[in-house]
Amino acid sequence: MNTITPSEYLPDRSPDTTRFTKSFRADKFDFWSFFFSGLTGLATLLIIGILAVILVNIIYNGWSAISWHFVSSIPKKDFFDANTTGVLPMIVGTAFRVIVMTIFVIPVGVITAIYLTEYAANTSIITRIIRAAVNNLAGVPSIVFGLFGLGFFINFVGKNMDKLLHNSGAVWGQPALIWASLTLAVMTLPVVIVATEESLKAIPPGLREASLALGATKLETILKIVLPQALPGIMTGGILAVSRAAGEVAPILFTGVAYYMASLPSHLSDQFMDLGYHVFVLSTQSPNIEQTRPILYATVLVLLLLTFALNIVAILIRARVRKKLRALQ
Amino acid sequence: MTPSQPNESRRSHGWMGIHRGHKARPLEWFAEKFIFLVSLSAILMVLLIFLFVAREALPVFFGETNTALVQKPIPPAEMDKHSPAELQAYLDLTPDQFTKMDKATLRDLMAVKVEAQDDIPENFRNDPDAKINTTEWKYLVAPHQWDDYKKPEYIWQPVGQIKKFNIIPLFVGTLKTTLIGLFFAVPLAVGAAIYVSQLARPRVREIVKPVIEMLSGIPSVVVGFFALLVLATVLQTVFHYETRLNAFVAGIALGFAVIPVIFSIAEDALTSVPRTYTQAALALGASRWQTAWQIVLPAALPGVFAATVLGFGRAIGETMIVLMVCSASVMSWSVFDSARSITTTIAAEMAEAVNGGPHYRILFMLGSLLFAATFLSNMAGDFVIHRFKQKLEGKK
Repeated sequence: MNTITPSEYLPDRSPDTTRFTKSFRADKFDFWSFFFSGLTGLATLLIIGILAVILVNIIYNGWSAISWHFVSSIPKKDFFDANTTGVLPMIVGTAFRVIVMTIFVIPVGVITAIYLTEYAANTSIITRIIRAAVNNLAGVPSIVFGLFGLGFFINFVGKNMDKLLHNSGAVWGQPALIWASLTLAVMTLPVVIVATEESLKAIPPGLREASLALGATKLETILKIVLPQALPGIMTGGILAVSRAAGEVAPILFTGVAYYMASLPSHLSDQFMDLGYHVFVLSTQSPNIEQTRPILYATVLVLLLLTFALNIVAILIRARVRKKLRALQ
Repeated sequence: MTPSQPNESRRSHGWMGIHRGHKARPLEWFAEKFIFLVSLSAILMVLLIFLFVAREALPVFFGETNTALVQKPIPPAEMDKHSPAELQAYLDLTPDQFTKMDKATLRDLMAVKVEAQDDIPENFRNDPDAKINTTEWKYLVAPHQWDDYKKPEYIWQPVGQIKKFNIIPLFVGTLKTTLIGLFFAVPLAVGAAIYVSQLARPRVREIVKPVIEMLSGIPSVVVGFFALLVLATVLQTVFHYETRLNAFVAGIALGFAVIPVIFSIAEDALTSVPRTYTQAALALGASRWQTAWQIVLPAALPGVFAATVLGFGRAIGETMIVLMVCSASVMSWSVFDSARSITTTIAAEMAEAVNGGPHYRILFMLGSLLFAATFLSNMAGDFVIHRFKQKLEGKK
């Protein structure tokens, strides 16, 4: 028997059942149903309203303060001065740390996802442990990642590197861009794994079977058939990871961010300035909040454009891929 | 799907020149092992996080740190009377540093220590508080009557001559902001999830769902900034309280960050309730709302509960919002007072803490407690969702 979806279950569409619907449906106006349905609708509207107010407030106030000079100039020591300040070092620092992070996180995340979908038996204990670890990694507070970066990367890896390389001072055993990037890579690993896994699972098994039936080995099937199909999904994962990492401040607080630097970061062991941290500094340590307000809004707008634009691109790619895969199936 | 059975791969010698298992395709074999090894990195990372955050905190757990300002000085001449372990603890050295130093250096250090004790101002020397090691568990969790206070109190005050490390105010601050956030976020997010999954038309659903999930794309530092500049003023004009920045504002802002988490998990749980449930209820004459409230929601309740638990885990781990909105650590349950959460304390004070000192160790101890709390709430949430999905699949 065909199932009838509730939206189709309307009296006027199917004249045969009118008799029954009349006697079974609550055709009296039910006040409480209306009231509570309205409440949930209001909750939805309120959430959308919050999002809209945040976005409109930032775009409205930030748009008037943003300028090419602001985006492209390096500020002097006193970056609270609205006329001379700029955010170029912060944009460069954020971009630099995110790119280095991507180099580490994408290969590891994609390979883990390939193992989980293509090789692992779903019931084996090791697969379940890996899945539990990924879920847990996704829930660890970002500040704990910061502590981990300090305790592991700087105090353990970095200090031992200095010892091995016989550096006179602390070169690697101090906050640096590479440590911030690695900390963020650990943090965004689950994002990449989950997105890649989702896109691998959506590929119809028929494609793999056809490839195997033609004599390709498993590795060839994965490299030549599965991965090209999954590429947009992997990109989505990468973009989501980048947008998540670009906005995070807590993990880099002790692992590499600097309050002020006169030059742009050029080496992996350099410290760097960061957009998100700059927002934090501007909004909490400004000597005169009224004067800093325009540059604060402009900085937030730049940060939001970076992270939000990436998010929207990811959502669009994902929607297109889903549509395409639905057609394939 | 795997072509090689386990008993085949064990046979390493070729049979009549035909190789089987990994001898036949060494590249495949290596690739599979390599992929397997890389996929273990997630487990490795969780273990490393646990190990290295706990490692820095171990001295506090074992009571090896000492912050007492006035200690009984050991004259350098009596050096040989004490065991190396005692000397190391007395001089605040790590075992690594201790073994590197020769006797002369140690003697000098001890002389410095004695001089430092002599330099302590007279008024501190007679202060009973100055003899206390404030990193003992007794002082970390129980109230203590400090010298200038009238009654025993919980105080977190890591600066000054006598550092007070009572962690209870931080727990209260964390709970306060988190609970306010959840009280605000759970009804809204679950309500929206009911609306989107049960009541809205498909076209509305397709627009509303990604829009709400966009909220999670806003960086928490931006939410904190918005709360600090806009939300605090708005809420103050509405509720007329005294301090502009308090736990209430932080809690509501936390709610903004938690809503998308709770929403997407709850919506997922509500959607995965079999359609036959809904159809049966509607066929019996229930209205849409009655179906959603009395049939679908009870069936999806474990999932909604898990969403709340995971939202809780997200809220206690959130750092930047609370850091920007309120910071003073006060022992008070009032929502309109300031509050300092555990995450905020770590973020704000780690820069001042001396690497390896007692303050540093205690911040790491807080971090490992936080890790344990979120670990447990994640495990519980995942477990409940897993059971829930299995139950629904079994009933289908």
